Amino acid sequence: MSDMHDIHQADLAPGDEEQVSVKLRVLGYLIGLGLALLLTATSFFIAGTDLVWQPSIPVAIIVLAIAQMGVHLVFFLHITTGADNTNNVMALAFGLLIVFLVIGGSLWIMANLNHNMMPMDQLMQIQR
Amino acid sequence: MTATTIAHEIPGLAEATHEGPAPKRIVTGYGFWIFLLSDMVMFSCFFAAYAVLLGQTAGGPSGADLFNLRNVAIETICLLLSSFACGMASIAAEVRNHFWFQVSMAVTCVLGLAFLTIEFREFADLVARGAGPSRSAFLSAFFTLVGCHGLHVSGGTLWLLTMMAQVFAKGFRADILRRLLCFALFWHALDIIWVAVFSVVYLLGSAV
Repeated sequence: MSDMHDIHQADLAPGDEEQVSVKLRVLGYLIGLGLALLLTATSFFIAGTDLVWQPSIPVAIIVLAIAQMGVHLVFFLHITTGADNTNNVMALAFGLLIVFLVIGGSLWIMANLNHNMMPMDQLMQIQR
Repeated sequence: MTATTIAHEIPGLAEATHEGPAPKRIVTGYGFWIFLLSDMVMFSCFFAAYAVLLGQTAGGPSGADLFNLRNVAIETICLLLSSFACGMASIAAEVRNHFWFQVSMAVTCVLGLAFLTIEFREFADLVARGAGPSRSAFLSAFFTLVGCHGLHVSGGTLWLLTMMAQVFAKGFRADILRRLLCFALFWHALDIIWVAVFSVVYLLGSAV
């Protein structure tokens, strides 16, 4: 198997790109870096500002983080919606399902337990 | 009508059905991608633990008292730039340019080490101020999550140096290029996890 011809395969490994000129590829990484820096700067700015409605800040930070992860996936890891990338996208979708189940489920259950549990000082009195 | 006659009548279908197994590079990349996703699932458990334990400071310092966001911003920029340099190294490897490959990898390595130095100093400072991992459940979760990411970056740096040596000694062989593909994936994936770390741990953690 000669690696020079592999680039023309119908399938793409994660991290692969369709064969384009070096200039265009560097440009792709530059766009990715620019977007990532912009989103990072926005996150840090929003976290420390009084200009926006305070309760919206956590949501805004999470949305910006998800957007930046998307930028990294597309521009750095080259996970795209192309037909030859289906396997990579399906694996990613399954991974995301598990991640959201673990994080969302933990937060939900623990918040529920916290809400339903008797305050600690009362609990101590019962035990006496 | 049999399947073979359909294949002959529709252009492109005949070739598509006789493609054979995927080349090794595709399989390797896909397998490593599955590993990275499982790594992200592991990190999601640490994130869930951190989010649940965020308020459990046991009377000790909270995130707002401890975190220095300026340091975190510098760490983030280090990792972002090193991800970019790693991308440049991938391009250099594909056009078989030894000089730019080694330069880009060296830049990636230096930025990764800068990140690790800042993180290590932050940890040492926290421990010196009595806010070590044994102080409260919140700090245990913090050190586990951020430390685990730091361990990944340390391992990635060792792998990076190995790849530089292998390319120097053996050149751009097919197997070396597959390892490079996996390394680039690993390094970029660490950056994705860091995005979650600085958003959830530092920005949200210091807001609470």
